[in-house]
Amino acid sequence: MKVFRVIKPGLFTTVQDLGRRSLQRYGVPVSGTMDAFSMIAVNLLVLNQSGDAGLEITLLGPELEVLNDAQIAITGADLSPTLNGQSASMWRTLNVSKGDIISFGEIRAGCRAYLAVAGGINVPAVLGSKSTFVRGGFGGFEGRPLKTGDMIEASKPPSPFRVELSMPEEFIPHYENKLTVNVVLGPQADVFTDKGVETFLSSTYTVTTKADRMGYRLEGPVIEHKVSPSIISDAIPPGAVQVPGDGLPIIMMVDAQTTGGYAKIAVVTTPDLSRLGQVKPGDTVRFSRILISQARLRLLEYQRTLSLMETRVLRGWDSSLS
Amino acid sequence: MVEFGNAIDVAINRKVLALCDAVSRSKLLGVEECIPTYRSLLMYYEPSKVKYEQLVSQIKGVEQRLDEFVSQMKRRTVVVPTAYGGVYGPDLSYVAEYNHLTEEEVIRIHSEKEYAVYMIGFIAGFPYLEQVADEIATPRLETPRLKVPAGSVGIAEKQTGIYSMESPGGWRLIGRTPLKLFDPSWPQPALLRPGDRVRFKPISGEEFEAIKNAVLRNTYSPVIKEE
Repeated sequence: MKVFRVIKPGLFTTVQDLGRRSLQRYGVPVSGTMDAFSMIAVNLLVLNQSGDAGLEITLLGPELEVLNDAQIAITGADLSPTLNGQSASMWRTLNVSKGDIISFGEIRAGCRAYLAVAGGINVPAVLGSKSTFVRGGFGGFEGRPLKTGDMIEASKPPSPFRVELSMPEEFIPHYENKLTVNVVLGPQADVFTDKGVETFLSSTYTVTTKADRMGYRLEGPVIEHKVSPSIISDAIPPGAVQVPGDGLPIIMMVDAQTTGGYAKIAVVTTPDLSRLGQVKPGDTVRFSRILISQARLRLLEYQRTLSLMETRVLRGWDSSLS
Repeated sequence: MVEFGNAIDVAINRKVLALCDAVSRSKLLGVEECIPTYRSLLMYYEPSKVKYEQLVSQIKGVEQRLDEFVSQMKRRTVVVPTAYGGVYGPDLSYVAEYNHLTEEEVIRIHSEKEYAVYMIGFIAGFPYLEQVADEIATPRLETPRLKVPAGSVGIAEKQTGIYSMESPGGWRLIGRTPLKLFDPSWPQPALLRPGDRVRFKPISGEEFEAIKNAVLRNTYSPVIKEE
């Protein structure tokens, strides 16, 4: 079922899901959403599976014409969404009708908004995922960001129940311009001097304009290597912080190359990756060291939060049916 | 991440690949994905299913039988037909001149060696290969090309490799293969796998075009010898 016609594509709007797994050994990046939390939340609000595909909208949002009645939701960054020119609520189900215009405006908080439509966006799965990998030219909508005139389809028509769900306030993140993320040191922290590691953990770094789905180049105090920044190339997980010869850290994100030859001083923990997906040029990032055992506890806590969120949101569904 | 030594070495790399195989086959609790590289294996695991310490002890169990796994590894040799020089390898003459060789000698030296595939990475399907003979090692271009066609075979110092997708690149291009190294519509999207061996087979421009057409029609099967 056709749901949207793209009137204006916005700065960089792509179809994403939770990413492509098990193919990094063939050089295929994970891709997928930069903010998994908001993607899971937005799908929940239209009763999709958490792995269904939605739109990832970066800074300047698109203008979309609704082609058929549908249920949608918008989460993530507050990019001032509007429906027919009126401010549209985020973090809840919205019923939209044929002829409606969805648009975005001022950037109020965060960097990436997520828009889901009930039934999920219908694009072919490539290598097990509907995520767009723009550099590789495959996945998502023809392997590229959306452009004017594109027709977006939903995988199935909306449920006749028209249930409206909303996200309890306590689960809605508040994006600030100053973020501290947890990191586990390594795998090559020993390539740096003690002073270098100390600099990394005690300094404030600013996100430069060279920040995209591949990675964020940061600016700030130079991190000292013992001898050389080079290692024998090895695997780069999303969230790895590599430090090339200029001593300035680069956080590798979901579209990063799968292997590389710069030493990685630390890796950002999974729950914090979602928050990182919401930083934009000019924002600052600090790194806080935790141990693997602490990282595990925090991940388990994050997973509990996700399942609690699901229970609480769906409770709204039960009560609206009764 | 499990590290084996700190060198680019076929014997070390085979241990990495054997552990990757063994871990995938024995379905270690909680392990979701393995990425083998020159000398280390990165494993993704689900911490709600297994604790770090438990995982480490499981891996140590597998590691004790590693030599057995190494000896069981199958080796594939993939023949990569390559048109050297001319429009296919615009830097062949430079590589020859730089090393005081003829173009024919560079082709012979490059194609008579078999190269182990250490790992796949950098861009999708790109093989990190064993080094070339010293006689044909050549520095990178001073200014990288903005577009290197897919299939280009290049040399950078002692490294040689095949561009699996069109991309910018600074390697000296000595030839091009009509084979597709990466196709997202294949279930296993890369032609080459870590642990394979690659042999470049010199072909003419006519053969290049004929194979290229067959590849486009999906009627060409690459020559792969399993051992």
